[in-house]
Amino acid sequence: MKNKKISKSTILNIIIAIVVYAAVMALIKGGFLGRQAMSIIIPCCINVMLAVSLCLLVGFLGELTLGHAGFMSIGAYAGALTTNALDLPPVVELIIGLLVGGIMAALFSFIIGLPVLRLKGDYLAIVTLGFGEIIKSVINSLGVTGGAKGLTGIGAYSNYKNFTFVYIVVLITILVISNLVKSRHGRAICAVRDNYIAAEAVGIKVSKFKTMAFVISGFFAGMAGVFYAHNVGILKPINFDYNKSIEILVMVVLGGMGNIKGAIIAAVILTALPEVLRGAADFRMLLYAVVLIAMMLFNNSKFKLALIEKRNLKKAMSIQKEGE
Amino acid sequence: MKKMTKFMSVALAATLAAASLTACGGSGKTETKAADETKAAGEATADGEVFTIAGIGPMTGDAASYGISVKQGAEVAINEINAAGGVQVGDTTYTLNLIFEDDEATEDKAIQAYNAVMDQGADAILGCVTSGACIAITDLTAEDGILQITPSGSALDCTKNDNAFRVCFTDPAQGVSMADMAVETLGYKKIAVLYDNSSDYSMGIKEAFEEEVAAKGGEIVASEAFAGSDVDFNTQLTSIKGTDAEVIFVPAYYQQVTYITKQAKEMGMELPFLGSDGWDGVLGTVTDASTVENAIFLSPFFAADPSDNVTAFVAAYEEAYKATPDQFAADAYDTIYAMKAAMEKAGSVESADLIAAMTEITVDGLTGEGITWTADGEPNKGCKFIQIKDGAYTLYE
Repeated sequence: MKNKKISKSTILNIIIAIVVYAAVMALIKGGFLGRQAMSIIIPCCINVMLAVSLCLLVGFLGELTLGHAGFMSIGAYAGALTTNALDLPPVVELIIGLLVGGIMAALFSFIIGLPVLRLKGDYLAIVTLGFGEIIKSVINSLGVTGGAKGLTGIGAYSNYKNFTFVYIVVLITILVISNLVKSRHGRAICAVRDNYIAAEAVGIKVSKFKTMAFVISGFFAGMAGVFYAHNVGILKPINFDYNKSIEILVMVVLGGMGNIKGAIIAAVILTALPEVLRGAADFRMLLYAVVLIAMMLFNNSKFKLALIEKRNLKKAMSIQKEGE
Repeated sequence: MKKMTKFMSVALAATLAAASLTACGGSGKTETKAADETKAAGEATADGEVFTIAGIGPMTGDAASYGISVKQGAEVAINEINAAGGVQVGDTTYTLNLIFEDDEATEDKAIQAYNAVMDQGADAILGCVTSGACIAITDLTAEDGILQITPSGSALDCTKNDNAFRVCFTDPAQGVSMADMAVETLGYKKIAVLYDNSSDYSMGIKEAFEEEVAAKGGEIVASEAFAGSDVDFNTQLTSIKGTDAEVIFVPAYYQQVTYITKQAKEMGMELPFLGSDGWDGVLGTVTDASTVENAIFLSPFFAADPSDNVTAFVAAYEEAYKATPDQFAADAYDTIYAMKAAMEKAGSVESADLIAAMTEITVDGLTGEGITWTADGEPNKGCKFIQIKDGAYTLYE
């Protein structure tokens, strides 16, 4: 009985994934989208990867980190330098770049994670914030990264024409992280979040699982960075400051902590919103902030619960239970 | 209380619904809006056509002042041209129409802004305002084969493609000009440099400057870096004070220059300052004008220039926006006139013809007399040196 239930939701998820893919492809191929809409498809995918990977840390591990843009920048620079040095077909270059970017970011999150993860809560947040700024400064002063002038000449391998490839990687990201959360390791990670002392008392190696979550999260953030590099074509250290980290954090918070589906939806909405609001001209960023506040309030209101309750009692109950 | 919550919830839901509706209708709406504008402009001239110039630059964020200046400078030029009857291309008269999209001075937003203006039917691109954003869209504009003129993108890569031109000086060109000025004209031999290592603009000028100084037989006795957001420069200034430098060159924007010159004076440093074109506007931010007295900086534009076209522009700009135009506004103004000249020369509004015509035109602009362009996209124009004397900008002769 239990097995059947799980497979049912898996099938539903697969169907959703295929429908989304088919819909986007149909829109691209059918010429229904303007150029502006096409150009935000890949940024949406990139932000989904970033939000889902950060969701593992903030939502499931329960540690507030403010250095996610740092991992992203390591991946972006490592990947871009790799593809710039190679002379292979674009797809092969991109795959190698993705792996190099992801592994480099994971490596750094491991090295930095070892001492840092012995910290908790606010302290960890501040240290990761500092770490992000250090990476930015180091990239700024290195010769190979082009410093403040930026790294240019990066091939546009991940634009909307390569949507299929990017989409597959996004699916892998979601799949790995959502399955990890459901696995034994994931339960241990959640246990660390829920009660640190109890988790330690039952024999869970807290620092091991913290490091593990950091490394996996860093790996996918690095890959997202590689896509970003090959989408924009120029990397500048100033774009990876703490504002970027907070932007990703906003997506996770809006999606509901520890809710991967929510993070995905929030990432898509928050990427598309500033572009959709272009019609408002001078009031664009003001409206963006107002809509953001409105969405946060709505997301946290009893009204939303009631709305869900009326339409679907079961869902509302499970949400209420999670809230407890 | 309960009623209040209920009301709030409904209001919020309505906001959300409205937001999602805008989301659905977004692209369609802007298109119709653009179409309406085109229609309105088209009606203005009986037999005229409309040529749409799309500006891209920061309207929000740290660099917003540059983008706003560019937009306003371009508006002044377009209003002038339209008031004078538009642009005569062959037998048709074209009215110019400006659309402007915000790129927040970031690369990814610039790409989206560029695609947004292409959706609205842009015929030529004025932008981007900042170098990084400009480099990000330059391959896309080349792919579309559209004419791109950046008023202020000074990094070398901004014009690497054939369809891209610029109105401002490149960073290296500015560095070389300042070095020649310092060593040859002013006769300084020992020079200290204080630069922003987080800014591509500052780094580009600094590198070319140091090279040229060495080539001309001068010596860089100190080269001190700071980061963009710094407000305390005492460490760097102290180490410069310990050298036998005769002059300090600061390639930076006026906000930082304000702090640097003030702190230098407080330390009792008497060394004269040299600057880059980012210094323009420094008198508006210093509390004590004596801190920048006798400083010399390069500028493509001088608002107090007595020549007719500059005074006319400054008057029109001041009347419309209640502010004195800066070099960004002047660059944008010249960009619009360059586009007009290219349209007239080409006798067509096809992008390929306009791009070909760019190397054949001569524009008497605010930022230089008889500006011509090379096929590389670089302008040939002289530069002005401005000296601050008695708390006012004066032309250095």
